[in-house]
Amino acid sequence: MTPVLDIRGLSKGFTMHHLGQGFAAFSDISFAVNAGEFVLLKGANGAGKSTLLRTLYRSYLPQAGQVLFQSAHGPIDLARAADIDITYLRQTEIGFVTQFLVARPRVSAEALVAEPLRLAGMAEPEALDTARHWLQTFGVKDTLWPAYPTTFSGGEQQKVNLARALIRPHKLLLLDEPTASLDANARAALVRRLADLKAQGTAMIGVFHHPGDVEHLIDRVIDLTPNAPLQEERQDVAV
Amino acid sequence: MTLTLDAPRIVKTAPLVQIRGVNKSYGSVVALRDVAATVYPGEVLGIVGESGSGKSTLLRMMNLEETPDAGSYTLDLPDLDGNLFDLDRFARRMLCATRIGIVYQNPHLGLLMRHSSSGNVAERLLVAGERRFAVLREKAREALAASEFPLERLDAPPIELSGGMQQRVQLAKAIALEPALLLLDEPTTGLDVSVQALVLDTLKRLQRDRHITMVIVSHDLGVIRTLADRVMVMRRGEVVEVGLADQIFQDPQHPYTQQLVHAKL
Repeated sequence: MTPVLDIRGLSKGFTMHHLGQGFAAFSDISFAVNAGEFVLLKGANGAGKSTLLRTLYRSYLPQAGQVLFQSAHGPIDLARAADIDITYLRQTEIGFVTQFLVARPRVSAEALVAEPLRLAGMAEPEALDTARHWLQTFGVKDTLWPAYPTTFSGGEQQKVNLARALIRPHKLLLLDEPTASLDANARAALVRRLADLKAQGTAMIGVFHHPGDVEHLIDRVIDLTPNAPLQEERQDVAV
Repeated sequence: MTLTLDAPRIVKTAPLVQIRGVNKSYGSVVALRDVAATVYPGEVLGIVGESGSGKSTLLRMMNLEETPDAGSYTLDLPDLDGNLFDLDRFARRMLCATRIGIVYQNPHLGLLMRHSSSGNVAERLLVAGERRFAVLREKAREALAASEFPLERLDAPPIELSGGMQQRVQLAKAIALEPALLLLDEPTTGLDVSVQALVLDTLKRLQRDRHITMVIVSHDLGVIRTLADRVMVMRRGEVVEVGLADQIFQDPQHPYTQQLVHAKL
């Protein structure tokens, strides 16, 4: 089986021009992820876990290496793909889940959650219905659905964000600590949704501060600590 | 240091806007130096840079108000071939009236301040050849409604309106003919923060519901971040960096872009 994502020799560092110096975030990372596989990234703070996720999503520009992604349109190297192709893939096949909502002034919670479906061409009533279903699933009270999330508490914003990020199935899902500071019910809903997506074949790479939340989903652990053996079998790891 | 990106492989659509090799000097002052830009259909390109970076000059060129010393500009539209900078005055005026909309920071540049708001919008339709009064009025009304202008004020002249409302009239005029390209020059600068949010939301809605291709110039990085898919950074008449909006803000490459992004509050 061809992996959904095949990372080869990926490196990323930052140059800070005002300091006249640069530093490496990670270098020469290689691993592959199959459909329906869940890979946990591990390593101390600063080992480059979030940086790796952002580099795969292309919020950060990689400096060397390849990221071969099997898109519905054939294989493409995400490290070198044109910006317009990346925009397209983000709208259709690659999702990124963080704990932070990017709220916009005067846009309701349900409209924000429905937006990925609207962009994919779904009619507004149907998209809103689906959005409300996921808001409910993640435990956002129905009185808040038409309200503007800019004024919500951190926890409620996070639930809106999860509903939005997970409303559509993706081929590849990048997860950056989505469970941090979530209440127990929302965490359970998130884990159920991830299990469903995994069963549908979504490949996932995640960073979790408390991996216990998703322990039964993890197939493999990649340790980004410098000089650590890169891959460990699932059974060997105390998560 | 970073990898060179490939040409698009998945998105097969041709760019709507292609600008190449644009140079412009005013006397000894170089306003634009070898500027290139590409905008895909439905995309929002943000242009940022300090005063004097050439960003507004470039936008005025896209509206064919100015001609460069050298360079080419094409729009991928039916019946439109060749370098638009070569068009004569009449053809330019027609193209701008029918296919390109613009919203200026200063509403005086875009509106007749003492004519009615609906008249301002209808004027655009008249230039394009519409003569039936009922159609003019209905289309003007539709465009103003899409810009979320309060319809009970249709006949009020812009001079009697607030800054935010004036921008909505400009926007209605710009989109009345469903332009292929919408140009926005600091559309929210000088507005109250709450009004700014309303105008931004209207623009976002137009982008989502009508898939209008937009180029927005602003020195307000928050505005660019909210609206743009891709960002082009200009300095002293040159393009120093182009990239996905989140990449420009999170992983700026050029020293000037780093300075600009880190200066944001």
